Amino acid sequence: MAKKQGKQTYLMQQCLTVRAWAAVGSKKEGQGPLASGFDLIEPDSTFGQDSWEKAESRMVSLTADKALSNAALTYEDIDCIFAGDLLNQCVGTTFGLRDSGIPLFGLYGACSTMAEGMLLASLLVDSQTVRRAMAVTSSHFCTAERQYRFPLEYGSVRPPSAQWTATASGAVVLEEGNQPPYLRAVTVGTVEDLGVTDQNNMGAAMAPAAAATLRRFFTDTNTSPEQFDLIATGDLGAIGSQLLVELLQRDGIDIKSRHTDCGLLIYDRQKQDVHSGGSGCGCSASVLGSYLLPSLRDGKIRNLLFMPTGALLSPTTVQQKESIPGIAHLVWLSHEKEGIL
Amino acid sequence: MVKKASPPSKIAATLPGAFLIGGLICLLGQMLIDGYAALGVEQKFCPVAASCTLVALSALLTGLNVFDNIAKYAGAGTLVPITGFANAVASPALEFKTEGMVLGVGAKMFLIAGPVIVYGVAAGVLYGLIIWLFGLY
Amino acid sequence: MSVIFLSYLKAFVVGGLICLVGQLLIDFTKLTPARILVAFVVAGVFLSGLGLYQPLIDFAGAGATVPLTGFGATIARGVRDAVREYGFMGILLGPLTASAAGITAAMIAGLIVSLVFKSGDKS
Repeated sequence: MAKKQGKQTYLMQQCLTVRAWAAVGSKKEGQGPLASGFDLIEPDSTFGQDSWEKAESRMVSLTADKALSNAALTYEDIDCIFAGDLLNQCVGTTFGLRDSGIPLFGLYGACSTMAEGMLLASLLVDSQTVRRAMAVTSSHFCTAERQYRFPLEYGSVRPPSAQWTATASGAVVLEEGNQPPYLRAVTVGTVEDLGVTDQNNMGAAMAPAAAATLRRFFTDTNTSPEQFDLIATGDLGAIGSQLLVELLQRDGIDIKSRHTDCGLLIYDRQKQDVHSGGSGCGCSASVLGSYLLPSLRDGKIRNLLFMPTGALLSPTTVQQKESIPGIAHLVWLSHEKEGIL
Repeated sequence: MVKKASPPSKIAATLPGAFLIGGLICLLGQMLIDGYAALGVEQKFCPVAASCTLVALSALLTGLNVFDNIAKYAGAGTLVPITGFANAVASPALEFKTEGMVLGVGAKMFLIAGPVIVYGVAAGVLYGLIIWLFGLY
Repeated sequence: MSVIFLSYLKAFVVGGLICLVGQLLIDFTKLTPARILVAFVVAGVFLSGLGLYQPLIDFAGAGATVPLTGFGATIARGVRDAVREYGFMGILLGPLTASAAGITAAMIAGLIVSLVFKSGDKS
């Protein structure tokens, strides 16, 4: 049973390992710098389907299949799965996994869902309630555009602060085991809102949540940024990343030299027209699977704080001119079984 | 703090595109007006016919997945002319085809353009009331 | 020849300048595209009502009729003509009369396009 430490942090008591993972992307992700780390790049973003929603569902099932084959397991070996996406009622996930037969927990944490899924899966595995759990999330540029913004063929102009929803999906399989990467601790995030209302500047809206969760983790565990090689937020983009660093600097926490953002890693912002960087549940999940987890396994990264951020808005709240609350969940992944604490 | 970190649109980059492409669309409109006049279309209908041609052309470019790529560089250059209105009608019609012909195409067609018609007509009615009340016609 | 060239030049410059105003609104305000469309049409109705838009149409031709302010001016002209002809009922009959062609063309073109094509991913 995971041990609660401080207000929001849970330390794993068993030796939890990420047994396998997978990352699937589409054309734009395939042109990005992490392309070679993906298990599958499908250049056709329809994934051979006749609606964008079906395309996203297909991507989810492909990712789950891939993670299982990487783990040399089948669906029967998985006790439960935590999964979510950005669509209303999480249909990307539920339709994608409806034939899998895995007991499913559908989650909505906007773009923070991957960490939320890993967090819940790890607590359940650590308590030895289940033996093996999975987490998967996805996002698709086209489904997100049509739900949250404009029709795809509408000629609107994206402001420089806007982010690009990744057409990508990532999955992990968690169990007790003796090979890195290990999952050491998790911190559950709180909803934070500093009053940003601009839907085209979500990085700024989410930065306070990321700052709050990170501050809480360091306080709860009595650690400091220097003890971790890398702090990877989910999709703050260029603007949100800068704000996060500044917000923490005010509290005397300096993360500048060891912070990166999955939204900045997945695309080449100079060459690809993505403005402030990538976003979406699939962005952090696929960067985790294509780059972060392999690096942790190989020891190129020894201690990683993985912290995707979610903007908890809906088209309705935006039209009602509500501000955009954010949330960030943190997962500590490590090449080492122990140490630091 | 948020403002400081958020870059504004690159003014120097957006303005020439809007002017150039917007101007070219109007130039094309003028050529169409002259063309219809030369074909013997009644003078007062020529501008209407030209606008409708631009509407049809924009809808076609929307369908060919080209319009949004031009708009990326043109900004207001494609938005402000009647082409922007046509794109606002055609793009949701195309997009929500997957939700059916009635509630998808038919209903969503006015997702963006609906308010334009509503407030254009409302302004027209207000104007009509004023000129009728004060005998300004 | 030079008369035609001049009319093209005027259409280009005036139309371009009206679009420039729209671009400035995009860059300097948080107005969404739908709001800008509404603003231009409503502005066209009132400019035409004040008698300011017709001179621009006379001067620039398509440079003034093709932008959405021209669409607004068409609505105003329809109202003016209808009130003249039918009195009070003209207020209701007018707005959509003159603008009917544009709206109908957009609807029919949109419908046909949606039958033939599919939306594609952005690059």
